Amino acid sequence: MSVYPEYMQESIRRVEETRPARLGTNYPRLPLSEQEELLRRYHPDYKPEGKRPLRVGSSYGEQVPHEVADLLEAYPLVDPDRIDLSQVDYDVDVLVIGGGGAGTVAALWACYSGIPADRILIVTKLRHGDSNSIMAQGGIQAATKPHDSPATHFLDVMGGGHFTNDPKLVRALVEDAPFIIQWHEELGVMYDKEPDGTMITIHGGGTSKKRMHSCKDYTGLEIMRVLRDEARNLGIPVLEFHPAVELLTDEFGQVAGAVVWSLETEEYKVVRAKATVLATGGWGRLHIQGFPTTNHYGATADGLVLAYRVGAKLRDLDAVQYHPTGAAFPEQIVGLLITEKVRGLGAQPVNALGELFVHPLEPRDVESAAYIRECLPPEKGGRGRGVVTPTGMVGVWLDTPMVDILHGKGTFQRALSSIYRMYIRFGIDPTQEPILVYPTLHYQNGGVVIDEQGWTGIPGLFAAGEVEGGVHGKNRLMGNSLLDYNVFGRRAGMAAAAWARRARLGSLTLRHVERFVEELRRAGIPETRRAPLLLPDYRGQKTLARVIDLL
Amino acid sequence: MNQVGVETKTEMVTVYIMGQAYKVPAGLTILKAMEYAGFRLTRGVGCRGGFCGACATVYRLPGDYRLYADLACQTPVRDGMYLALLPSTPAERKPYDLRKVKPGGETLLSLYPELARCVACNTCTKACPQKLEVMDAVQAALRGDVAQVAELTFDCLSCGLCTLRCPAEIPHYHVWQLSRRLYGAYLAPKAEHLRRRLQEMREGKFQAELDRLMSLSKEELRELYKAREIEPE
Repeated sequence: MSVYPEYMQESIRRVEETRPARLGTNYPRLPLSEQEELLRRYHPDYKPEGKRPLRVGSSYGEQVPHEVADLLEAYPLVDPDRIDLSQVDYDVDVLVIGGGGAGTVAALWACYSGIPADRILIVTKLRHGDSNSIMAQGGIQAATKPHDSPATHFLDVMGGGHFTNDPKLVRALVEDAPFIIQWHEELGVMYDKEPDGTMITIHGGGTSKKRMHSCKDYTGLEIMRVLRDEARNLGIPVLEFHPAVELLTDEFGQVAGAVVWSLETEEYKVVRAKATVLATGGWGRLHIQGFPTTNHYGATADGLVLAYRVGAKLRDLDAVQYHPTGAAFPEQIVGLLITEKVRGLGAQPVNALGELFVHPLEPRDVESAAYIRECLPPEKGGRGRGVVTPTGMVGVWLDTPMVDILHGKGTFQRALSSIYRMYIRFGIDPTQEPILVYPTLHYQNGGVVIDEQGWTGIPGLFAAGEVEGGVHGKNRLMGNSLLDYNVFGRRAGMAAAAWARRARLGSLTLRHVERFVEELRRAGIPETRRAPLLLPDYRGQKTLARVIDLL
Repeated sequence: MNQVGVETKTEMVTVYIMGQAYKVPAGLTILKAMEYAGFRLTRGVGCRGGFCGACATVYRLPGDYRLYADLACQTPVRDGMYLALLPSTPAERKPYDLRKVKPGGETLLSLYPELARCVACNTCTKACPQKLEVMDAVQAALRGDVAQVAELTFDCLSCGLCTLRCPAEIPHYHVWQLSRRLYGAYLAPKAEHLRRRLQEMREGKFQAELDRLMSLSKEELRELYKAREIEPE
């Protein structure tokens, strides 16, 4: 018995009818010119009404989504005058803000570089490991096979990013990649392997060689939990439920730690640090242009806000990554990630009529644009061949039964166990019936400008992971975010350790925040918005309308 | 959902959140139902997608004596459900040095001797939201079969539900983490191609090619990109 309503089952029958003819064939890959045309007409980034130029700060005039501008052009959560900087609660060499992948790797490598564990502090908004890093499913890229090379990887990354990437950062990414995989193997990460130890690698969108290493479809979880376990073994202290609300500077203009705030006791704490690594992740929970998101609860772009107030430059924030395959049915899981690995294993995207309309593994932005074109009604310039769900979502089919047909029964359940489990919970067996998908907000392509060592250009401030920009240019390829946080987490951790050994701090100030507030006032920005956001608010409207603060 | 016209059409159910009754739309997950009811969560919420294990929840259903356990972000509410979202699991983790431990049962038992208290009641298995064979993994640990433990527990999210239900008071997920790292570091076959690649990197084999790519203009890179040879699928 199918949980799909009858009209959706009818469409599924068409998918089944075309399936035999589609097996073993594929839609041709689009030439660059057609890719660009598709992006221009259908990708949400190309809608001018979705963005505006920044009116303050070091990236003045840069176009960013309204949801991001609203936070960058916002007043501080706390009046700097209310914070007593004379009492330092934590005094460390290296402060790492963010306890996801990038932050944990940075802390590990600061420690490996000779900073004693108790002179390092990780502060994080939720629990250690709660992050997008833990949710990554598909894999991590690295040119480890004989027929592949870092140069080929370099070319794929640059092309995927439409040649807008910072080539120096891309070189660092691809050159460190094999080392990272070996480091993980030593730490005990259970990569998928052949019986002789050869790592199993497959294609991802935009790869020219099969270099996607995976740990079933829990790759992010497996890497993150091993790194966290190692940090715990080394005794690196972690302050959980303590998001940073402001960076600190000293009288010489160096970044010198942060003010953190307890989500539970609501008190602030002052952390003085000789070097600070920003590893706060991305922006999915801003729901840019109203899209659902694959991101974890804390992905609210806090790090961009903090860095911008100390004068860091931002780049490529006009480029939002929509993952082509977010769940579109059933309602309970709308927006959740369906890993690209499903397409890597042969599942094809097909429309309501059962027609294949795009190669399954175009770069993510191109693939997403093709799904949007298929679903938009003709009056809005689309083809109107999506499937509309009972709750008004729209999507295209991802023909998941093809995986077992191509690779043998049991493959889906073994290689894609998290997806299998997710759908079985809601009564859909993806090895028997296709699943409905639509693009979902997935990744912050751009971010804080860094150099190859993760330095932001502001003395004492380093950045790693999704919060930084330049590595992926305007579009990241699958498998390069796990790689990014490992490569630049490591480099930022080592650079922060080296900086901390030399740094001499002056007295702590929040003068940079005061200056930023003056700039906001001069620009005539009303004092209605506060940032960082810290957490999204999903409380029901009925409750919110009556909320008053009494305790 | 919040416009009057729509809400009248939505079927509502009653759930008891930590004892207090709330009316919420049918079909919501426990997590979204709590938010609909007005809770702004900090504990008990993480990835919201079934990967992080932050939202361990226990519940009962009317007329049913059993205590169920599941993830709030993956479980739809049911009418009359009594539920409690668990803020954390207290369970001591024993530090170890991966380089100095042996990949066998003696390591598991010396760090977690309570493993031997297992009474094979299978409560852990019934509590697992991932439907893992948890008790089999405990038995494999007792036999010293680290590879089997790693395999059986690979999909573990460390939500802590088995650990809270266990009458033998075993901190399962810490044992599983240790076992998987022992397997990955010592028992899994090594990737020889990785060692060869690192040797080539040390010898600087790819430097010249990367130097050349770095010196090219965007247009030249585009041409090379277009001409790439794609490995067959």
